[in-house]
Amino acid sequence: MYTRMTEIAVGCFVAVGLAALVMLAMKVSNLGAFSDTDGYTVSARFENIGGLKVRSPVRLGGVRIGRVNAISYDQDRYEAVIEMTIGNSYDRLPVDTAANIFTSGLLGEQYIGLEPGAEEDYLASGDVIELTQSAIIIEQLIGHFLLNESQAE
Amino acid sequence: MSSNVLLTIKGLHFSYGRRAIADGIDIEVERGKITTIMGPSGTGKTTLLRMIGGQVAPHRGDIVFDGESIPALGKAQLLETRKSMGLLFQASALFTGLSVYDNVAFPIREHTKLSERMVRHLVLSKLEAVGLRGAAELMPAELSGGMARRVALARAVALDPRLMMYDEPFVGQDPITMGVITRLIKLLNDSLGLTSIIVSHDVHEVMAISDYVYLISAGKVIASGTPQQLQQSDSPWAQQFLRAEPDGPVSFQYPALDYKKDLFGLAKS
Amino acid sequence: MFEPIRLIGEAALRALARLGQATLFIVQVIAGIPPLLRRFSLVITQLYEVGVLSIAIIAVSALAVGMVLGLQMFYTLRDFGSEQILGQVVALSLVRELGPVLTGLLFAGRAGSALTAEIGLMKATEQLSSMEMMAVDPIKRVVAPRFLAGILSMPLLAAMFSAVGIIGGYLVGVGMLGVDSGAFWSLMQANVDFYDDILNGMIKSLVFGIIITWIAVFEGYDAKPTAEGVSRATMRTVVHSAFAVLAFDFILTALMFGGS
Repeated sequence: MYTRMTEIAVGCFVAVGLAALVMLAMKVSNLGAFSDTDGYTVSARFENIGGLKVRSPVRLGGVRIGRVNAISYDQDRYEAVIEMTIGNSYDRLPVDTAANIFTSGLLGEQYIGLEPGAEEDYLASGDVIELTQSAIIIEQLIGHFLLNESQAE
Repeated sequence: MSSNVLLTIKGLHFSYGRRAIADGIDIEVERGKITTIMGPSGTGKTTLLRMIGGQVAPHRGDIVFDGESIPALGKAQLLETRKSMGLLFQASALFTGLSVYDNVAFPIREHTKLSERMVRHLVLSKLEAVGLRGAAELMPAELSGGMARRVALARAVALDPRLMMYDEPFVGQDPITMGVITRLIKLLNDSLGLTSIIVSHDVHEVMAISDYVYLISAGKVIASGTPQQLQQSDSPWAQQFLRAEPDGPVSFQYPALDYKKDLFGLAKS
Repeated sequence: MFEPIRLIGEAALRALARLGQATLFIVQVIAGIPPLLRRFSLVITQLYEVGVLSIAIIAVSALAVGMVLGLQMFYTLRDFGSEQILGQVVALSLVRELGPVLTGLLFAGRAGSALTAEIGLMKATEQLSSMEMMAVDPIKRVVAPRFLAGILSMPLLAAMFSAVGIIGGYLVGVGMLGVDSGAFWSLMQANVDFYDDILNGMIKSLVFGIIITWIAVFEGYDAKPTAEGVSRATMRTVVHSAFAVLAFDFILTALMFGGS
């Protein structure tokens, strides 16, 4: 019952199974493209983060350069604190870089968009991005719009 | 206890629910002899063998094999002791996924670290002893019932046990096979220096090869002795059993209400 | 009047006793695993029976599921003009849920039932008993290699299911319906996380593998040694495994993907 053919068949089975796992890791998931552990962490404070989640992308000029890795709330300053990891290869972000929370498309996911500033010094691990703009909440927007309309009349 | 006794069963009690299988059985098995335990079907002879093998624990009484009390052994010691016992199952119980060769090689490979060449040597000699060396590469499904039993026999003696137990070795076999197995049991017992216990109700075959016979009924030893002694015994029970008479101390009828009352009761309801 | 309550109580006690038996049994089986590392050929034989022989049904089912998923999702997503996220949707549903769960159900039907029937028949034909009499512990020699092989096979089979399913989705989405190949893969990559999605899916399949194989070997070992007993045990393996997979999937999903 135990033959060389069995050994070979089981070997193929394990190899194909591992190959499937490698495909899932490299081709299907982002493990091949971008690794979490490989980067430096900066934080930013927002009044309102809308629907931002852990793992939401961080983009620079539309290019994904990092991700959100922690969200907390500062009860002293009444602000949300976002910690994001940025890939090591993107190490020349000026200290006056601004962070905005955008939505991709009308109903798409939310992400952090960075806009580089003009300073000579660059952001390093542990730094805080000072210039931030909160997420645009559609309900608030509509509220403001209606308010302005009625005041104009 | 004389040193000539390999196995002693003392005051054995066991029951399934309210049905007594053993109700104070005493048996002694001498070294090198073939001892037969006979009794009607359904008297728990198979259970008795399982108790000797330690698969079933008796409720009371003791089983001493070569100075060791089987019920008192721990699991590891029990496994060790079983290496010196062989049991031929009624259903042969060959491993259906393994060839005849691998079946016989199984206990050798499990318990020894012999090279494959030595294993081959042993397996072929055991198969030769049961006359089935030519069937080594067959699968159990390709064997007749009698051949399967002979393979099982070769497997049971593969490790040269000291005690060999046969559970109804003749049941369901044609006369020729019965003769072959009878001769094999005797041959193996004498040539390998075994001690054998046969559980059976085939009077004719058993009487021919046994050295000592115990007759059991309702959980008790009714009669015992050499085949000759039993033939001349004046116990009505022994006479009924040995001569295969339908009625006697063992009633033809299963215990029941009086027939007339039973019919009457049925008619009334 | 109290009869129904008494019956419920009895059934509950029976179930608890059975759970207890199964737990004590699996403890013995697990104790039999370390010696196997020195005789791995026993496990390889079982990996063949349990794993290799399950590949065909897993691959065919996965391809079919992936293609149907691609087709259905495409028509729904097209209504919102977002058919390019097809890859992401197909991949996430396969990796997180459908891969482990469907592999578990198929595995229970293909490998679990075979394990129960095999062990049950070995018991019914006294093969296990004769092994005991040959001083070989059937739990170590027969059950432990099968249990280990089942546990090792499930994650591999589930990974194959997800991978083949995604390829099926790709064939339909990109090959037939004209979704952009680049968008298909890149949006998938951007939104499927290795740790959160793929690793969690693998953990799920490992848990399912343990549960299914556990049920299968226990039912086989515990089967009544008759033809009817073995067939009932086989049926119970499939039914209980299916329920267990679905129940544990719910629990594990809540634990893994519930937060954030």
